[in-house]
Amino acid sequence: MTNTKTNVYKMKSNNEPELHHQRNEGIPFDANLFKDININRSAVERRASTLSGRRSVKKEWQAAWLLKALSCIDLTTLAGDDTQGNVLRLCAKAKSPVRSDILDTLGMKDANMHVAAVCVYHNLIADAVKGLGNSGIPIAAVSTGFPAGNIPLSEKIKQIELSVAAGAKEIDIVLSRNLIIQSDWKSLYDEVVACRKACGEAHMKTILATGEISTYTKVSKASWVCMMAGADFIKTSTGKEPVNATLPVSLVMIRAIREYHELTGFKVGFKPAGGISNAKLAINWLILMKEELGNEWLQPNLFRFGASSLLGDIERQLEHFVTGRYSASFRHPMA
Amino acid sequence: MKVKDIYETMEYGPAPESADEAIQFLESHHKKFKLFINGKWVEPSSGEYFESVNPSTKEVLANISEANDTDVNKAVAAAKKALPEWVKIGAHKRARYLYALARQIQKHSRLFAVLESLDNGKPIRETRDIDIPIVVRHFYHHAGWAQLKDTELKDYKEVGVIGQIIPWNFPLMMLSWKIAPAIAMGNTIVLKPAEFTSLTALLFAEICEQIGLPNGVVNIITGHGKVGAALVDHKEVNKIAFTGSTEVGKIIRRATAGTGKKLSLELGGKSPFIVFEDADLDSVVEGIVDAIWFNQGQVCCAGSRLLVQESISGKLYKKIRARMENLRIGNALDKSIDIGAIVAPVQLKVIEDLVQLGIKEGSTLWQPSWKCPTEGYFYPPTMFTDVSPSSIIAQEEIFGPVLVAMSFRTHQEAVKLANNTRYGLACSIWTENINLALDIAPQIKAGTAWINCTNVFDAAAGFGGYRESGFGREGGKEGLMEYLKPRIDDNFSDAPIVIPTEKVASLKSNNIQLPEIDRTSKMYISGKQSRPDGGYSMVINNSKGDYIGEVSKGNRKDIRNAVEAAHANKNWETNTGHAKAQVLYYIAENLAIRKDEFANRIVQMTNQSHADALQEVELSIERIYTYAALADKYDGQVHHTVHKNVTLAMPEAIGVMGIICPDECPLLGFISTVIPAIAMGNNVIVVPSEKLPFSATDFYQILETSDVPAGTVNIVTGNKDELAQVLAKHDDVDAVWYFGGLKGCKDIEFLSADNMKRTWVNYSKYRNWLDKEQGEGHIFLKHATQIKNIWIPYGA
Repeated sequence: MTNTKTNVYKMKSNNEPELHHQRNEGIPFDANLFKDININRSAVERRASTLSGRRSVKKEWQAAWLLKALSCIDLTTLAGDDTQGNVLRLCAKAKSPVRSDILDTLGMKDANMHVAAVCVYHNLIADAVKGLGNSGIPIAAVSTGFPAGNIPLSEKIKQIELSVAAGAKEIDIVLSRNLIIQSDWKSLYDEVVACRKACGEAHMKTILATGEISTYTKVSKASWVCMMAGADFIKTSTGKEPVNATLPVSLVMIRAIREYHELTGFKVGFKPAGGISNAKLAINWLILMKEELGNEWLQPNLFRFGASSLLGDIERQLEHFVTGRYSASFRHPMA
Repeated sequence: MKVKDIYETMEYGPAPESADEAIQFLESHHKKFKLFINGKWVEPSSGEYFESVNPSTKEVLANISEANDTDVNKAVAAAKKALPEWVKIGAHKRARYLYALARQIQKHSRLFAVLESLDNGKPIRETRDIDIPIVVRHFYHHAGWAQLKDTELKDYKEVGVIGQIIPWNFPLMMLSWKIAPAIAMGNTIVLKPAEFTSLTALLFAEICEQIGLPNGVVNIITGHGKVGAALVDHKEVNKIAFTGSTEVGKIIRRATAGTGKKLSLELGGKSPFIVFEDADLDSVVEGIVDAIWFNQGQVCCAGSRLLVQESISGKLYKKIRARMENLRIGNALDKSIDIGAIVAPVQLKVIEDLVQLGIKEGSTLWQPSWKCPTEGYFYPPTMFTDVSPSSIIAQEEIFGPVLVAMSFRTHQEAVKLANNTRYGLACSIWTENINLALDIAPQIKAGTAWINCTNVFDAAAGFGGYRESGFGREGGKEGLMEYLKPRIDDNFSDAPIVIPTEKVASLKSNNIQLPEIDRTSKMYISGKQSRPDGGYSMVINNSKGDYIGEVSKGNRKDIRNAVEAAHANKNWETNTGHAKAQVLYYIAENLAIRKDEFANRIVQMTNQSHADALQEVELSIERIYTYAALADKYDGQVHHTVHKNVTLAMPEAIGVMGIICPDECPLLGFISTVIPAIAMGNNVIVVPSEKLPFSATDFYQILETSDVPAGTVNIVTGNKDELAQVLAKHDDVDAVWYFGGLKGCKDIEFLSADNMKRTWVNYSKYRNWLDKEQGEGHIFLKHATQIKNIWIPYGA
C-alpha cells in the first residue's frame, strides 16, 4: 500500500496542446541570480542513477505513462536527405501514432492521441503544413544555423522570421556555444532576447547543446540565461552532438527550471532530445519530471521529447500490454 | 484502474516485487528453521521456536529456533574442531571457497533481496541495489584477501574461533562484513543473527552447504540476547565481533575484560551532516534523503544531526520539506517506495516516544501531509528544527526516520557542534570548496568522513567508530587486522624478562668530604616539573632492597591535571611527520649525550652490569630512531573503492593516551611505549615503572631540552594500578596501554567500557623489550592510531 497523496493536474482529456498557460516573459539580465551556482556532478549523477530504481510503473500504469510519453513527442526528422515524401509520411504518423485496434483496447479511442509536434528543417515546413492539415499539431522548426549556430545574429533572426512566416508555431534555436565557453552571459542573453522577439507568437525552445558544455555548473548557468531571456522551453541537445540528452544533465536543467519558477512564477518547459530511443528510457524521464517538478510538467505544454525512433518502441510496448505477446516493429505502420 | 484515468492523473500505481520464490524457500523448511551447526540442520535443544514477522504486513513468515547454552557449546565445539583443517588447507583453497560463496550469493541475489525485504521491512530497491551487491562485493574482495593471506600477511595468523553477533538493520550485509574477513583469514565462526531478522542468515547457511564449505567453518545459531551472551562468555571463543547498540557493546566489553578475547565493536552513532553555504543545495537534499531516510533511518551511521550554515538554513529547510512531501512509504516489496516499515513494534515505540519528547522539549516538528499505511509498522519521515544541542533528541540515537536540524555560524562552530557527542561513527560534509572540506574532515571525531556524499560503503575501505561508537574496523586491510594476530605474540613469555644482577654496584662518589646534594625526583606535567598534589613521596629501593631514593606519590588529581595538560596541547598532532621526527631525533641526541648517566641510573635501580645497562640505553636511542624514522612514513592508503571516488584511509592520532609502562627495563620500557605514541601525534600521560621509576623522572630533563611541547608527555609516578584505574575511568582519555599483570589488564578493560576507550593490554604475556622483534614495530603504531576513511567523489 503506498501513500495516496494526490496532486492531480487536471488537463483536457482530448489532449489538445495546452497553450493557454502564461508564457515565460523573461526578466532583466541579472548575473547575481546565477553567479553562485555550483553543481556537484557526482551527487547529481548519483541522484540520476538511483531515480529509476526508486520508481516503477507496471501494467495499466505503464501503458498510460507510455501514452503520455507519446503525447509529448516532437516527432522529428532532421536529415540532409529529407524530402516531401518522408515528411508527409511523418505527418501521417504524427496524426495517428498508434494502431487504432490497440487504442480501442486501451480505452483511448476517443482521446485523440497524437504526438505533440512535428519537428523539421525550415525547407520542409511547407510540406509539413500540408501533411498536418487541420490536425492542430504544431510544426516546430529548427533554426538559427542549426546545429552549430555559427552564423551572424542577423541571419539567425532572418531564419526565425522566415520559419514563422512559413507556418512554424515553435522554433528550436541553437545557442552560440562560444558565448557559453567564454562565460559571456550578457551577450548570450541579448542574443536569446533578440531571437525571442523574432519568434513573436511562436514558442521558442533554446538548445543548449549540453554535450559541448564541459561542466554542469555552466549548463545550469546557461539554462538561467535562456530563461531570463524568455525561453518557453530549454532543450538539451540538437541530437548532433557526441553526447545528447542524459538524465544527469536533464536533472541539472530542470532544477534550474524549478528555481526560476520559484523566483519568477514563470513555468518554463523542458525538452530532452537525442538518444531517447526506447520506452524504458522515456519512462525514466517522466519519472524525473514528476519527482523534481511535479505532474504539471508531464504535459506537452511543458515537456517534450525530441525523438524519432522512440514512437516505434512505445507502439510495440503498448501492443505487448494489450496482447501479452512481444511485438515486432513491422506490425506497426512506419512513419 | 482504467488506462485513461491514469493517463489523466499520472499517478504511480502498485509495483510489487514477487515474493513467490522467497515463500518457496520458507516452505522448503516447512516455515520452521533449525540451527546450522557443523554443516547440519539440528533441532534446538530447547525445543523452542519464535516467530519472525514481516513488518510491512505483521504476518508471520516463519518459526525460528531458540538456541540455548547447549547449542552454543555445540556450535563452538564444531567451530573449534573445524579450525585446524581450515587453517591447514591454506590460502588458495580458502580463496576458492570465498569466491564460490560470492558467486552463489550473486546467482541467488534476487531471492536474498526479496527475503531480506520481507523479513526486515526495508525497501526492495535498497536490498536489490545496495545491500546484496555490497554483500557480494564483500565476499569477492575477501576471496582476494584469502588468496593473499600467506604472502602479504605472513607475519600474522588466525585468531581462532570467532563469535559474531549482528544487528537487524542490515542483516545479510552485516553477516558478510563479519564472516568474509573472518574465514578468509583462516578463522572459523559461530554467528548469531538478530532475532527479528534471521532468515537471510539461514539462507546463507544453505549457500554454505551448496558450495561444500567444510563442516563447522560457519555455524549459524538463532535466538535472543541470551544466546549472544552465552557466546560472549564462552571460554573457547577467541574473539567477539559485535555490531549493535552502545549499551550492549559496553556489556560485552565488561564481560570479556581480562579474558584475552579479541574484541571489535561497531556501535551507535549520532552522525553530523554538515552543510556549508556554498554547497549544491539540491544535491544536499538528496544526500539527506540517503542519510536519514535510507533504511527508515535505522542506520548506525545515519546522518541524523543536520548542521547548516545560518546563511542558508531557511532555504535548505524549505527544500527538505518539499522533498519529504514527495517521499513514498509502503510495503517493502513495492518497487515505487522510498521508505519501508520499521522492523518491529518495539522500535516503532522508541521512535514515537523520542519524537514526543522532541515536541515536549520545544523543537518544531515537520512531517509530510500524507498518512502512513496502517497495516504494518510505519513511521513517516520527520524533521525537527529549532533544536538545541541540549535537546535529548539531539543527543540520543533515535534509530528512525527522524532528522534533527541546527544551524551554525562559523566553520569552527560547525566542528564544535559536530564533535559535541559521545559518538563518533561518521560524518558527511557538503561544500564545493575542497580546501574547506579537507580542513573539516580531519577535525571531526569519526571513523568515516563522506565529502559531498553519504552512506557510501565498499569492502575495500574500513568502517568503524571513534569514541562510544566502538572500535575496530570492518573492510579494507584495516578490517582484516581484527581477525589476525601477530605471529610474534606466540613468543611472549609468561614472566617479565630478568636481567642478571651484579654484586658490586656501588656508584658512590669518591669524594666523601661532602654529603651528596639531595635530589628530588618530581613529576612532569604540562612541561613543568611538579610536586605531587597529595604531598607524599614513595621510597624506592634497589633490587637488593637498599634505599636509593624517593619519588612523588601521584594521585587522581595529578592524573586529572596531566589529562588537562595533554588536552591543552592542540599543536603536537597537527605537526608534520617530519617535524615530529625532528623532535624525536633531538630526544635521541640528548639522551646519547647523557648515556652514561642513564646507564648508571639503571645500574643503581637494578644492580645489573654497567655493560647491560649501557646496552639498554643504546637500544633506547636506537628505538627512538626507529620511531623518528617512521613518524613520516607510517601513513595511510588510497583505497580502491567505488567509481570516481578517492577514498583516503588516514591513520590519525587517537588523542590523549594513558601509558602504563612495564615494570621491567626502566628506560627501554618507557621509551618503547611512550615514543611510538607521541610519534603518531598523541599526547600522553605516562605512569612509569612503579619499582624502577627514576629513568623516567630523569627523562624529563631530556624532554625539556628537546623541544617537546608542554603537555605532549606528562609523567605521573606512584602506585601503578591506582593511577592506571584513574586513567581507565577518565572520560576524557581516549586510550590506555597497560603492561603488567592479568588483574591490572582486566581492570583496565573493564573500567574503560564506560567511554569505550581503546585499550591495549598484555594479559600478563611479556615482551622482551631488548628484542627488536618484540619490543618495537608497526603494531605499536597501529595501537597509537585509528583509521579515518575520507570519501571524496570527483567530477565537475
